[in-house]
Amino acid sequence: MTFTQWFQSWGGEAFGWFLATTVLILMIALPLMLAVAMIIYADRKIWAAMALRRGPNVVGPFGLLQSFADGLKVMLQETIIPSAANRGLFLLAPIITFTVALIVWAVIPFGPGMVLADINVGLLYLLAASSLGVYGVIISGWASNSKYPFYSALRAAAQMVSYEVSIGFVLISVVLWADSFNLSTIVLEQKAHVFGFLNGFGFNPLLFPMAIVFLISALAETARAPFDLTEAESELVAGYQTEYSSMSFALFWLGEYANVILMCALNAILFWGGWLPPIDWAPLYAVPGIIWFFAKILIFFFIFSWIKATVPRFRYDQLMRLGWKIFLPLSLIWVFLVSGYLMLTRYGA
Amino acid sequence: MSAIAHFIKTFTLWEFVKAHWLTLKYFFKPKATINYPYERNPLSPRFRGEHALRRYPNGEERCIACKLCEAVCPAQAITIEAEPRDDGSRRTTRYDIDMTKCIYCGFCQEACPVDAVVEGPNFEYATETREELLYDKAKLLANGDRWERAIAANIAADAPYR
Repeated sequence: MTFTQWFQSWGGEAFGWFLATTVLILMIALPLMLAVAMIIYADRKIWAAMALRRGPNVVGPFGLLQSFADGLKVMLQETIIPSAANRGLFLLAPIITFTVALIVWAVIPFGPGMVLADINVGLLYLLAASSLGVYGVIISGWASNSKYPFYSALRAAAQMVSYEVSIGFVLISVVLWADSFNLSTIVLEQKAHVFGFLNGFGFNPLLFPMAIVFLISALAETARAPFDLTEAESELVAGYQTEYSSMSFALFWLGEYANVILMCALNAILFWGGWLPPIDWAPLYAVPGIIWFFAKILIFFFIFSWIKATVPRFRYDQLMRLGWKIFLPLSLIWVFLVSGYLMLTRYGA
Repeated sequence: MSAIAHFIKTFTLWEFVKAHWLTLKYFFKPKATINYPYERNPLSPRFRGEHALRRYPNGEERCIACKLCEAVCPAQAITIEAEPRDDGSRRTTRYDIDMTKCIYCGFCQEACPVDAVVEGPNFEYATETREELLYDKAKLLANGDRWERAIAANIAADAPYR
């Protein structure tokens, strides 16, 4: 009897399904919020360590409760709405960002069969939903009625559109190889993919460059350093969040970091075998898949933080050049290469 | 040839890899910062922190109201009023230091002929209001009583160089 069936056995067909889905959503969303809090802390610690600093170390043991203290502080603050702002849109923007950051998690497989919505076009859903995130940024920049948030919103819009193009092509090469848009199928296709024992498209020499392109595009997509031009504090104060305070500000933050974790998860799922262990060796399967998946997310988050601590911010024209003149042609060529190789080997041209 | 090398370097992200290797090495290095409230850096005996008015060991205040400190103060942070006391000795009736004006140059300390006004080793005297930083004579004398041992030790340590 599955989880949903157990609820339906006493709650009726429709109501039981509704209850079961609600519980499952909470089982994803609440740990995700907790993970965001801890990952903000980890981010600050890693960043500090690479600058030979200590990072937060006062609240709780090793400063572990720092994010909760910050959250409490933010909740106790007054919500300030600038008099010139468009009230409705101003308050709507962080809600959009936050909601979109949560709904994309519906299709992420945490382990074999551990997925809320196992839909066939999971990857398309993901691409569509995460593209909606830019609306939060644009609306906040517009509704603030202030020049720096507005510039920031313009930058964010152009940046996300540019990098989504190359992300699209990267995804196409993965989809071609896996022959499916379903994320669970994509993960399973990676089992013993290279030399018969390495789990992951990333180990495939033909797909490894795409893994790197995807990693860098993911940084740009989530506006992380070195592509955090939307929040370039030396030029734009704090970017689109400049006029925000209190919970509306916190929602942006939570959404942003939830997106970062999502991108780490996507890197793991698309190229490094998701919940599978890196090597197709039976004893490794004794470890639950979800542990492997979380370990991979954490490794990618470390890489994200590491990059943030290392690379200075790009100039805006450099960002556009990288997106349109390097990544777009490169990923396009790779789509040809991958499809050509597959035609030759799999479909017998 | 160099163009090819440049091309390869660009597409293997060579510079980025080198930079990340460097930051990874730094990640495992010991921290440069100290755990401040629990660990402190050593202070020089000449450190110029919060002001204090000292007393002689018999409890008599050192200040003789010569107003040299008031005269030398470049920020004009010191205000002194003086009158003869009942026993005929000249003493201050008012000795105020506006800590918000003070630039911590140490000239008052240098000017003082009797080592009365000193800048002690204390630097943790942040307050919640501005008014609390307008020190009067009572506050300065209290500082002197509280920090006398440290101040005396610092003056003794610095004496050979003066």
